Amino acid sequence: MKVQTKPGTAPRIETKTGADLLVESLIKEKVDILFGYPGGAVLPIYDAIYKARESFTHILTRHEQGAIHAAEGYARVSGKPGVVIATSGPGATNLVTGIADAMIDSLPLVIFTGQVARGVIGTDAFQEADVMGITTPITKHNYQVQHVSDLPRIVKEAFHIASTGRPGPVVVDIPKDISANPCKDEYEDDFHLPGYQPNIKPNPLQLKKLANVLETAEKPVILAGAGVMFGSASEELRTFAEKHSLPVATTLLGLGSFPGGHPLALGMAGMHGTFTANRALYECDLLINIGARFDDRLTGNLQHFAPSATVAHIDIDPAEIGKNVTTHIPVVSDSKAALQALSFHAESSAEHDEWLQHLSGYQQENPLWYKNPVKEMVPQWVIEAVHKITNGNAIVTTDVGQHQMWAAQYYAFEEPDRWVTSGGLGTMGFGFPAAIGAQLAKPEETVIAFVGDGGFQMTLQELSVLQERRLPVKVIIVNNGALGMVRQWQETFYEERYSESLLQIQPDFVKLADSYGIRGYRVDNQEDFLDLLPEVFSYNGPVVLDCRVLQQENVYPMIAPGKGLHQMIGVKP
Amino acid sequence: MRRIITATVQNRSGVLNRITGLLQKRQFNIESISVGRTETDSISKMTLVVEVEDNQKLEQLTKQLNKQIDVLKVTDITDKAIVARELALIKVVSAGQLRNELQGIIEPFRATIIDVSKDSLSIQVTGKPEKIEALIELLRPYGIKELARTGMTAFLRGHQPQTTELPSYSLLNR
Repeated sequence: MKVQTKPGTAPRIETKTGADLLVESLIKEKVDILFGYPGGAVLPIYDAIYKARESFTHILTRHEQGAIHAAEGYARVSGKPGVVIATSGPGATNLVTGIADAMIDSLPLVIFTGQVARGVIGTDAFQEADVMGITTPITKHNYQVQHVSDLPRIVKEAFHIASTGRPGPVVVDIPKDISANPCKDEYEDDFHLPGYQPNIKPNPLQLKKLANVLETAEKPVILAGAGVMFGSASEELRTFAEKHSLPVATTLLGLGSFPGGHPLALGMAGMHGTFTANRALYECDLLINIGARFDDRLTGNLQHFAPSATVAHIDIDPAEIGKNVTTHIPVVSDSKAALQALSFHAESSAEHDEWLQHLSGYQQENPLWYKNPVKEMVPQWVIEAVHKITNGNAIVTTDVGQHQMWAAQYYAFEEPDRWVTSGGLGTMGFGFPAAIGAQLAKPEETVIAFVGDGGFQMTLQELSVLQERRLPVKVIIVNNGALGMVRQWQETFYEERYSESLLQIQPDFVKLADSYGIRGYRVDNQEDFLDLLPEVFSYNGPVVLDCRVLQQENVYPMIAPGKGLHQMIGVKP
Repeated sequence: MRRIITATVQNRSGVLNRITGLLQKRQFNIESISVGRTETDSISKMTLVVEVEDNQKLEQLTKQLNKQIDVLKVTDITDKAIVARELALIKVVSAGQLRNELQGIIEPFRATIIDVSKDSLSIQVTGKPEKIEALIELLRPYGIKELARTGMTAFLRGHQPQTTELPSYSLLNR
């Protein structure tokens, strides 16, 4: 129904509000997609978005957590900040998991939260939560807007901080009266951040030192992390590694920074990494870490980590250098700038054919393995089959757990920025909404969400978004009827006491997909799966594929907690 | 080891919370923290006295502080030539006849009596924390009713001896 203007009332004079200023600022930042959910405290902002609806696509997720994970997926794949809007109180607190996830995995996000009006902040008003207090430890920076004239500058600063240096999430908390009230059309948006001057240029002295060590190192190895991709330095990494014949291990988040099928690629290192990558890190005499943060899941017991190596660490965040592992050659720099400068400084390296042969011997003797039951499906086989049909070129997202590790092991990425996973925080329910964001960033690409049956049930309400936007995301549920990694640890370390880890009751995922107007399939054997795959991937629309896999499969090889990189179990069948 | 760290920060709301939250998150023990304005309007200075295990932890602390957007500069001044002061207010039980005795005790400390009531008197003392500790110990037998300390505030002396090699935690590659 249209509201008609009453005759006799004065024509409404269009005055600009804080919300209008916000929208103008977003346009200036070239934002084209917003992920969000409306509510009381952001009504003025949503009204301004409505008026500017030609400028943005707003993705209405069905839960704020879905919005922020989608923004993370978008940011990881596009390299641009993901933008999220949520209301005050519960809207903001529903974002907390995603903010913490983006913080620990260094994803650029700019998050706008509504807040109650300034006059009632601190009175326990309706839908009030201390968003500044809650988000301070899990953001790169946060703001509460106190004067409407500050808003354009704060938005500009927020985008700058989120996307430069080590990327991360920035929260801007906007009281409702700030966004609702009219404001003057004059403001200053120039900013000066004297306390934020990320250093991106490497110190030539340290690089020379690294070049010198490289000249004599007999067992050098590169560890490539996500920082290589944040710096768009995959090409430079490849050139550097090839020039000096340096074997490359990657971290979980660094998958794709170096081509998975390259002769110098050792695969992923860490708790469920390859035997060869872990042995290389254990035995090396020179470890060049580029953009990885020596996470505990990578290093295992620190006492046994690269015990005889000279450690060089290239990282844009100085606080990461020397945090966990004693570093001999610290290089605070953007990965691209460091690798470019290194190509100049490091001219030659010691001959180390023996080392490469030694590692390739490991690779031949101890490849990744699983027992293929031929008829029934195991998860590793599912991932390999999907890898084959997509030629290893899809964008792949995952949750956390067994399916994540298998995807990391068996979906070898040749290209950077195609792997979207929750690494540091290990967030269940991340993969599916992240796939939505990734698909929106790359509409032409094949996007696959490998999810567990547990994780999918945490955020599956976002199927509505697939339906609404007809996003051709392929959701592949690696369904073992269990919280697989929990079950595996209970089997291994808790004498098979499967406490609350078996999901006996599940929805019918095919009917569920159907109820959202999405194609759903269920398969429980290899033959049907192979028959189905071409149909799934040739169809230009969303699919939910419920793959019933054997429950008892465990992820191997493995470094048990507290053990070193050289103490892997399950290396051979 | 006990370290004295100064941080120059932008005087913005939440900055103290940011610093203390960060120290708590990374499990650093704060012995004292004092904050106040500086000669520049928008800038405050904090003096933190912290207890850290080793140099690696100390480096991590200064680096994490430096990472904060509102933090302009972090300096570990423990081993430098510094002026460090703290102020304490001490309320002591005191009947009339003891006042002269107390006066005698506090005089060498250059402390002053700033409030007197029928059965107590309040003493103000400034100086290095060790001096304040010493005075507190001397006054304890008389019965301390109340004690409030500001925590240490400190800065570098105008002249630094050139001979000592001072550890530097600068983040810039020079």
